[in-house]
Parts: sequence; structure tokens; C-alpha cells
Amino acid sequence: MTVPDSETGPDTEPRPTPAPAPAPTSASVSASVSDDVLRPHAEQEYAHELALLAAHDDRPRPPGWRLSPWAVTTYLLGGELPDGSEITPKYIGPRRLVEVAVATLATDRALLLLGVPGTAKTWMSEHLAAAVSGDSTLLVQGTAGTPEEAVRYGWNYARLLAEGPSERALVESPLMRAMRHGMVARVEELTRMPGDVQDTLITLLSEKTLPVPELNTEVQARRGFTVIATANDRDRGVNELSSALRRRFNTVVLPLPESEADEVEIVSRRVARLGRSLELPEAPAGLEEIRRVVTVFRELRAGVTADGRTRLKSPSGTLSTAEAISVVTSGLALAAHFGDGVLRAPDIAGGLVGAVVQDPASDRVVWQEYLETVVRDRPDWADFYRACREVS
Amino acid sequence: MTDATPPPVMPRAGANGSGPDAGGAVGAGGARVEVFGIRHHGPGSARALRRALEEFKPDAVLVEGPPEADAIVDLAADPDMVPPVALLAYAPGEPPLPGDEAASWTDRRAAFWPFAEFSPEWQAVRYALEEGVAVRFCDLPAANQLIPPVPDGAPGEPAPERPEATEDAENAGDAENTGDVGEGRGGATAEEDIRLDPLGWLARAAGYEDAERWWDDVVEHRDGGPSPFPAIAEAMAELRDRVAERPSATGLPSGYAAREEQREAAMRRTLRRAVKDGFDRIAVVCGAWHVPAVLAKVPAARDDQTLRGLPKAKVSMTWVPWTHGRLAERSGYGAGVRSPGWYAHLFAAPDRPVERWLTAAAGLLRQEGLHVSSAHVIEAVRLAEALAALRDRPLAGLDEVTEATRAVLCDGADLPVELVRRRMVVGERLGSVPDDTPMVPLQRDLADRQRRLRLAPSADPRDLELDLRRDLDLARSHLLHRLTLLEVDWGTPAESRGKGTFRETWTLCWRPEFDVELIEASAWGTTVAGASAARAEAMAAEAGSLAEVTAVVERCLLADLGAALPAVMRILADRAALDGDVAHLMDALPALVRALRYGDVRGTGTGPLGTVVDGLVVRVCVGLVPASRGLDDDAARDLLGRIDRTHSALALLDDAAHTARWHTTLATLVDRDGLHGLLEGRLTRLLLDAGILPDVPDRMARAVSSGAAPVRAAAWVEGFLSEGGLVLVHDDVLLRLVDGWIAGLPAGAFTDVLPLLRRAFAEFAAAERRAIGDRVRHLSDPPSARPLDDPVDPVRAAPATETVLRILATGGDHA
Repeated sequence: MTVPDSETGPDTEPRPTPAPAPAPTSASVSASVSDDVLRPHAEQEYAHELALLAAHDDRPRPPGWRLSPWAVTTYLLGGELPDGSEITPKYIGPRRLVEVAVATLATDRALLLLGVPGTAKTWMSEHLAAAVSGDSTLLVQGTAGTPEEAVRYGWNYARLLAEGPSERALVESPLMRAMRHGMVARVEELTRMPGDVQDTLITLLSEKTLPVPELNTEVQARRGFTVIATANDRDRGVNELSSALRRRFNTVVLPLPESEADEVEIVSRRVARLGRSLELPEAPAGLEEIRRVVTVFRELRAGVTADGRTRLKSPSGTLSTAEAISVVTSGLALAAHFGDGVLRAPDIAGGLVGAVVQDPASDRVVWQEYLETVVRDRPDWADFYRACREVS
Repeated sequence: MTDATPPPVMPRAGANGSGPDAGGAVGAGGARVEVFGIRHHGPGSARALRRALEEFKPDAVLVEGPPEADAIVDLAADPDMVPPVALLAYAPGEPPLPGDEAASWTDRRAAFWPFAEFSPEWQAVRYALEEGVAVRFCDLPAANQLIPPVPDGAPGEPAPERPEATEDAENAGDAENTGDVGEGRGGATAEEDIRLDPLGWLARAAGYEDAERWWDDVVEHRDGGPSPFPAIAEAMAELRDRVAERPSATGLPSGYAAREEQREAAMRRTLRRAVKDGFDRIAVVCGAWHVPAVLAKVPAARDDQTLRGLPKAKVSMTWVPWTHGRLAERSGYGAGVRSPGWYAHLFAAPDRPVERWLTAAAGLLRQEGLHVSSAHVIEAVRLAEALAALRDRPLAGLDEVTEATRAVLCDGADLPVELVRRRMVVGERLGSVPDDTPMVPLQRDLADRQRRLRLAPSADPRDLELDLRRDLDLARSHLLHRLTLLEVDWGTPAESRGKGTFRETWTLCWRPEFDVELIEASAWGTTVAGASAARAEAMAAEAGSLAEVTAVVERCLLADLGAALPAVMRILADRAALDGDVAHLMDALPALVRALRYGDVRGTGTGPLGTVVDGLVVRVCVGLVPASRGLDDDAARDLLGRIDRTHSALALLDDAAHTARWHTTLATLVDRDGLHGLLEGRLTRLLLDAGILPDVPDRMARAVSSGAAPVRAAAWVEGFLSEGGLVLVHDDVLLRLVDGWIAGLPAGAFTDVLPLLRRAFAEFAAAERRAIGDRVRHLSDPPSARPLDDPVDPVRAAPATETVLRILATGGDHA
């Protein structure tokens, strides 16, 4: 059997594959992005910044990389280029995390991003892939039903029946494509995948080859290939990673926002954007109320009051920034449609209590203790206290 | 810093710890003088210094440190002297007795100069002793340093607090201490920064955020190559010039500039004396910042002028064992380093420090049962090196190694990283000192107190009766309680013979090993009071459960450790807030309420305790309702006991707001469906006694009505009657209900509930039972025939009333 040249695979001829073919790598980036795309890819939205960075990047690039590790770090954390043009920060958080992530990819290790929901794991993986490979679309979504074909390869059965096994009947997975072209592949929600599918990754990551026994051939990864996986901290125990797989990854745990100012900033910006896209009536987003929501979330999450003087119990929920955003957004909707158009304590109290009290028994105690020992004594929180008392 | 916190520690530094480097120079009189500016506790400069000394071959070595230590420096050559150790200077003053502002007074007059194996000063001393070369300490005498400096610009007035002598482990982290490591101090003026943290300033100039990392890159990680000392001396000279150009010292700790001048004058004077004593090749080892000052040409007369007439304290010096933990910044010893374990490793590892470190970390994690393979270590080393390259560093440092440990060896988890940090980066290690080291101040303080309190140590056990109403006995009790906190069990509490809380009985027996305990305990402080307070705080911080913390609180009160109380209380409040089990909170409450009251008896301040109790009551009230759901018989009985104890504790506390809150909680609880019968009965009774439940007969009727299961009804009755049956004697309605219920029970149910009823009634006093029986017999009589309603004769009752009132009014003091 002849072994077809792997290079003739995807790009040379258009094939009627049933798989949702990701955009061919090189063509995708600068292609015009039509305006009614709900959400453009990172490499599309920030094509300009990537191009600028590439132009100014004079440091050595690892094989297969579009940018040097230093430029990738700048792309993620933001900064200013020598010609004065500005790179916007994509990730607001500790610099060291980004550095560890980039260094991991540069040592051709796989990277595992861990964190509670709402800590920008997917966001970071998308931008890393966009900056390193110029393409963030080589994506495998992990679900309980993810089949092995999604990680290795599948077959175009019409062709398979008509012509027998051949390179043309083979349907590549995003991972196989990434290996062939020396790019970054992404695996979302790794721990949601069944264990046997996860196991497929082990050889792939250690041997860096994907054998195709049906064709008596294999795909050897080109330099630059690596995998960024994300996993949810709260999913521990669902499909626990085997230690063999775990060993192939360097792990970076993404934290919740560090300072209150950061978090208020993130919440109010996102709320403003969400409000616009949901076409809510314009209501002045009371910064004061946002600050309160963020304060309550942060204090309960951290188990200590902002002044550090009182310890608190933490409820069972995550209380992530994303939840704070939704509490404020729904409060805004309430205020706009049923209130006087200004975000007030009663508008957020309901949503807030709902977010905190997830487990009716234990969380209620936590919440009541918090109300009675902390909120009650804050002089300018009287309206908030009353509103919460009413809905608790 | 509060006066109340006692423990020891004091920075070495006016030296402000920082610096490295050195400059050579030729001294007067033909002698050759080399000044080596070092960074305190820097392994790199220790290594460089050692090499430089071996090359220079001095015949005298002057080391920054208190000259009083010259007499005991020889001990450093003793093989039993194992670093980390510290030079301790203390004022063997007279600690006044009971009132005990004393504790903090004496402790403040102590200062430590710690040395680790990798301290350049230690290497200098060891080099000198090994080579048989003269070694002298050249700083301002401790006798002067222990007296607070006069604030700059306000001559004659004593400074409230002296930066160099802050002994307090908790607080010493501020001021110049932090300067050492270059932590950014927001809002500090540029000038303050330069003076307090010259290296931090240089590092920022070089584009480093963190001075320690800059230092690591420039000096610590160099091995071989030209001596760094001249370059650093030049840099410091430049820096000092810049500072000198600026106007007056604003923002510096008061007295800082004057003290610095005195210290540098003392260094120059010691150097001059060494030259005069005929040494030819003199090496001066001091903090980098001082190098230009030591080299400066200042007339001897001016230095003498500066140093003349400085106030002096009487000072004793000795060596004490030290620990890595206390070298590290996080325990507050500011002049220290954050990572003594890492530095010790850098100093000790012959080569490949990163590989060796990560291998050791993997070994540690394996011991703890984590799976870490050699492949992990390989990847960790690769990641550390890639990170170092990404950060443009010549060699992976602690930051990179820690990141690699976290990301590769620990799978991103923080817990094992914390383990590595504690066991390796800080690397707990206890030094030791030879036996012939002078006595530690703690021993002296104890001996002193024993003399004052007329309690001679003796190996024969003997009993000691204390009457706490007498000052002397109270002070003795405090001392013994404090010693038990230090695990010096000289006295063990014995069963008290008398009645009343003012009596205590101890059995005293002195054992020789107590001396060893005292030496170990001297790390906690220099006086019994200070050390035991520090120890109590540590015990509270390490306590596993709320009850343990409560126990520490009680011990603090017994030992009269007011100084430790705020910190212990904070820990207690934290624990109480986090403890999810209402049962624990309820268990803690009675003891605390007792302590509150007991504290009053002993005259201890209990303000913070009150705050904790307040919080505890609120938490108990919030948590009680959910906690009383779905209980079986045993759990209900447990909770019943707790509710009773809490109830009586709150009665003892006698705080209207708390009582009201408690009653409201009980009232909410009693109306809950599915509450255990025992609890419901008991709560009904408590609320009846409190007079806030108007419909008790209705409730009892409901509880014992035919719809209720007989067993539950019996439990209800048991709960209701559990504190005595007098209520049945006095309330016909209730008695009739009980009577009617029992009489109406079907035969089968009666045998079921009989044991329960028997248990309830068996607890009553015989007289009560008889009275109830009488009442039952006459239940059918018309109510008017009640024989108990005799009118009271006020004249005959008067003497009895008066006697009772007198007992109540006077007995309360000591009961």
C-alpha cells in the first residue's frame, strides 16, 4: 500500500467531508469578518494587533510559532510597542500565570488550564492558540458523548465503502490536523470526556504520533504542535484525569480576580456590554450597587470581610465573577422594566440571595449569619439590609 | 506596635540589612583596609566574601555587630554551636511584679543579631576563628542601641518607639526591615526608599520589581568570576551621594538618621582602633549601605563627638538558638529573607542547584504520598529554565523553581506547594548553642521572679496553697500558670481543698530538664510573661478545634496574659465564625461566659472576650433552628443539654439584648413542625419560665392530645418537667392536663410510655413528688379549697427576708 504524502491532505483538494471542517489555517486570519458574526475568533478580532506584534518581533521564535514567546506574553497581558501602538490586555491577572503558560508551550509540553467556572480558561486558551499558531479553531469540545474519532480520526463512510480505506476517505480530527501542521490544538472541558477518550491523548502527547493502522501509516507531529486543555475545578471526580495523562500536562490554575477594583471593573464593563446586546432600556448602572454585589461576592468567597477583621463561612456555590455579572444584569432588567429605572438595592437583592443560597439548608445559615453579623452593622447599607431581609 | 505585645526579636539592622559589596581602601598608618559590603543573609555574598577573605588574608576581621559580643565570639568556633543562632543583647533589668506593664518593658530592651550558615557575617567570624585571626564587632554598642534614639530634629525628647529595637516578632516587619528585601512600600518618599532599601532602589533602576531577585541575578547566582565587592561599593557611594543632595530626611522613622550616623561613627572608630593596635591587613564586613561611610575620611574627633555621652543601658550578651522560621520574613523578622531554606541550599549545593532542589522537592512530595516521577522532575527543570529564559534571567531562581514545582510536580495545586514552601523554602531548622553559653535571659527572669515571690525551686515535691485574694499568691499563681504554658511543669495543679474560686492548690517539683525547656522557650521571649504570651498566641493559632482555643483563652486569663489576649481572641472569633457546627459554638459559650465573669474576679481586662461572646450568641441563635431539625432521641437529648447550658450561661451573662435574641430564637424554634418532643417540651417550659409564652396550657393540651403519638407526648412531658415538677404543684390546669392524658392512655400505650414518665418523675425531689401526689388526690376538689394560699405574715417573714438579702448582697463578691 502506498503511503500518501501527508502534505497533500487537507489543503490541496476540497473534500466533501461530513465533519465540520475548521477553516483552513492560512486562509482564515485576515479574511474579512462579516459584521453579523455574533462572535469573531480571537485571531480575527485582534488580527491587527497580531500583525503589529509580528512586525516588531525580533526575538527568536520556537519552530512553528507565529510569534516569539515574549511577544505572545505581550499579546496576552497588553503593552506598548516601540512605535507607540498599543496592545490591549486580553487577560487581567497575575503575570506569572501567563509566563508559566507560555513557557510550557515553548517547551512543547501540553498545558492544562484549571479553574472554577468564570475564570477565563477558555478565553485564555483561545488567545494563546491565536497568538502562537495564528489559529484558535482547532478545537475539540469535551462532553460525556465525545467519541474517540473526535480526538483521532474518522471515516467518510461513502468513500470508504466505494474505494476502501484510503487517505481520501480519512476524516481528520482537529488534533490530527494540528499535528500535521505543527499548531496548537485546544481541548475544552477535558474532564467531561469519558476516560477511554482521554486515554487516547496519552500516546498522542508522549509519542507525538498518531498511528493510522488501517492505512499502515501514521501522522508524526511537526514542531510547534501542542495541546491546550481546559478543565473545571468543580468537576473533580467526574472523569478524573488518570495520573498518566496528568503527567503529560503542566497545570496552571486560574484564580478569581485579585482585587475588588479589578472585579468591579470587569463586572461593570461586561454588564454594560451585555445590556447593550440584550437591548435593555438604558438604565444608569449604579456603580454603588455593583460595588456592593462585588463586595458581597468577594467577602463570602474569601470567607473574610473586606477589612479583614471578621471571618465568615463560605457558601457552597462558586460565586464567580460571571455570576456577579448575571446578578447585576437581571437587577438592571428589573429596574428598567418594573422599577424607576435606577438600579437599587431591592432590584438586586432577589438575584443576589438566589446566587448565594444554592443549598437551601447550609447556605441559608451562611447567608443569614452574613446578613446579621456583617451587613447589618454597615452604616450606609441599611437599604440593602432591609431589601435582603425581605427576600431571605 | 502596641506596648502590650511582648515577644522578642529585633532587627539587626540599623544596617537595614541590605547590602552587598565592598570596596577596598588603604587605611591610615600604612595598614591595608578592605571593606566588604555584604547583604545580610545572602548566600552569594557569603560565598564571595569567604573567597575574598581567603585571598586577602587579613590579620583582623571587623564584623558589623555589637562589640559587647567580642567576649563570647570564641564560642562560635565550638563544634556544638550550630547555626542558625543569634547573638542576644538584653538588659537584665528589674522586671517589676504584678502590675506587669513590666513584661513588655523588659522585652523591649532586648535585641537579636541572627546568623545562619549562609550569613556572610557568620562566614567571616568562622573564617577568622579558624585562621586564628583577631575578630571584633564594630557596630554601635548594644548598650547604646537599647536606648531609643532621640528623634531627628527634636533633641532631648525620647522617641516613643525605636525602630531598631522593636522586639516584637509580629511587628518588626515594618520600617527598615522590609527595606531589606525591597518589598514595595506604597506611598513612601523616594528618599525614604533609598535609605531604607538602597538595593531595592538599585534594582528598580535596573528594571527589577523585586530587589531580592535583582540581587539573586547580580550576586547570588554568580559562582566564580571577579569579586563583586568593588562594583557594589561604587554603586552605594553613588547612591549615598544622591541621597545626601536631597533636603532633610522626611518620612524616615524618627531618630533613624541620627542613629545611622552614630553607628557609622562607631564603625570608623573601631577601625581606627584596629589600625592603632597594629594590625596590617584589616577586613571590614558590613552592610553594603555603610561601605562608603566606613571609607569616608572623617576626623576622629568628630566621631568621638558624635558618640560622646550617648545614654547607655546595662547589657548582657549571650548566644541563643535560632530557627529558620524566625529568619524568614513571614514571621516578622524583617531583616531576614523570605527563603532561608533556599538560601541554605544555594550555599550548600556544590553545583546544579535547580536540579538538586527539584529532586529534593520530588522526594519530599513522595514522602507525603504524592506520585512524582523522575519524568516530572525532568519536565519541571525544563519549565523552570524556559521560564527563566522568558524572563530574561541568567539562571532559574526561586520564583521559577516554585512555578515549575506548582505546574508540574503539584498539578497546579496550592497545598503541596505550601508544603514545599514550609519544609524546604523556609526549611525549619533549629540551631543549638554549646553548654557553656551564658545563661539565657528567660532563666534569669525566672530566677528573679522566684526570689521575689519566695518560691525556691526544689526537687522534693511539696504542696502550695494559694489564696488568690492576696497579691503575692495571685502573682505566684500567674507565674505557675505561665510556666505551664511554656511546658515547664514546675507546678501541677492539685485538687483544691477549700471551696470557692479564690483558692488554688499546686504541687511544686523542680526537675533539671526544665533548664533545657527554658533555653528552648527563650526563642519565645526573654521574660516568662513575654514568652508565655507568645507561646499562647502560637498555641491558639495552631489549635485544631474551637474548644482548644477556648482552653487557651482560659489559660491566658488564669496566667494573666493580657498581652496575648487580643491575638488569641481574634483567633477565637475567626474559629467561631468558621465553625459550622452549632454544637461546638454552644459548647464554647458557657466556658467563655464563665471566663468573662472569672476575669472580673481576677481583675483581668475582658473587653475583647465580650465581643467574641457577642458574636457567638448571634451565631448560635442563627444556627440553632436548622440544627434542631430531624434529630433522633440521642441527638435530641444532647441538644437538650446544650440548650440548657446555653440558657444558663446567658442567664449568667445577663445581657438584655442577648436574652431577647435567645428567647426569640427559642420561640421560633418551639413552633417548628417536626421538632423532637423532648425539645419542644423543654422549650415550652423555658419560655413559660421566661414569661413570654401565653398559651402554655393550649400547647400542652395539643402535645398530649390523642392525635399525638404517646411516645412523643411522653417525651414532651419529660422535656417539660425536666427541671423540676414544682410547676405541676402550682398550676392546676397543667396538672389536670397531665393527669387527664395519663388516665386516658390505652393500656398498650401506657406500658410504652411508663419508663419515660418514670424517668421524668424520678428526677424530682421526694418532697416534690409527694406534693404532686397530694395535688392529684385533691384534683377533683373545688379550686377554692387550696391549702397553700395562706396569707403571708409580713412581720414574721421580715427577719428571714433580711437575712436572705444580706447573703445575696455580700456573698456575691467571692462566690
